[in-house]
Amino acid sequence: MKILKNSILLVLLGFMTWMLFNLYKDYDSRDTLNDTARYYAEKGPDETGAANLVTSVVVTYRGLDTLGEVTILFLVSAIIGLLLKTENGTRKTAMRASSEFMITAAKLLIPMISLIGVYIFVNGHLTPGGGFQGGAILASTFILLLISISRNKIGHKVLELTEALSGLSFVLIGILGVILAAGFLDNKILGTGTFGSLLSAGAIPIIYSLIGLKVGAELSTIILELNQVQGKED
Amino acid sequence: MKYLGLEYITVIAGFLLLIVGLWGIISQKNIIKMIISFSIIDTSIHLLLVAIGFIRNRTAPIIDSSVDKLKAADQITDPLPQALVLTAIVIGIGITGLMLTYALKLYRQNKSLEINQYKSLKW
Repeated sequence: MKILKNSILLVLLGFMTWMLFNLYKDYDSRDTLNDTARYYAEKGPDETGAANLVTSVVVTYRGLDTLGEVTILFLVSAIIGLLLKTENGTRKTAMRASSEFMITAAKLLIPMISLIGVYIFVNGHLTPGGGFQGGAILASTFILLLISISRNKIGHKVLELTEALSGLSFVLIGILGVILAAGFLDNKILGTGTFGSLLSAGAIPIIYSLIGLKVGAELSTIILELNQVQGKED
Repeated sequence: MKYLGLEYITVIAGFLLLIVGLWGIISQKNIIKMIISFSIIDTSIHLLLVAIGFIRNRTAPIIDSSVDKLKAADQITDPLPQALVLTAIVIGIGITGLMLTYALKLYRQNKSLEINQYKSLKW
């Protein structure tokens, strides 16, 4: 029986390898951009004012995708919260207190790491980076906070409020685009400014900062939910 | 024999990781290992997408001192696959978190992470 299983697996993987090898044989690297990419490269800097073209694609040209993506993250954190809902909320798990080194290092590092996260999402339209990366860094600060100080001191309220407010503002800015500019999530509701400076590209820095805060809050919520069931026996 | 540029290496690595991940999902019995295999497939897809957008001797799609704004279309790689990968990474994190939560829930219910122990969907 085991031999049969293994041979079926082998045949399946062999077929897959053969298929992928044929795909690779036909693969040839490109040397020109296709029409869509050419449009983004030629018109993007003037239309959106963002130096980072990936950002202009993510936030403006495909802004609706990003809104959906943030919604998916919100749904994930909500479902995880629902599934892991503790039966008695006040239950405390026994955990050794953190050492002096850990607490001191965390106090020193948390502001700096948060600053890097904020820098990355504020400069999302100029440098490689943006809301998602900055939000992930903010969430990593949260992990440090969670393992250094007691988890019972951290409230859900701040995270929930940040998440809700930034999500609401994101949608409101999108609707403002319908009223003041060409369409939903259009970034021209503010002036595009000088190309390449921090306060440029219209609403892109604001939208990306909101995305950063929202992603950071959502990932932190997921981590907090998963952390709360750690070591729990039932 | 083709010249083995960066994009070919990336495509080969992506395909290899895809096969490794598929093997893991099919053959492993432990739920956590299956989730790890799923993440490996996720990563391989990201590599393949980035490789599709890559063009040799060109720079990242950011207009700064190294790219001429007017001739940008001849100097940068494709920004669209990179934006899609950015989306895919975040969705991947969400799906992995969700799967881990289900694994936790299953473990709490039946005290086992072996997929053989779960027979309720078998006929």
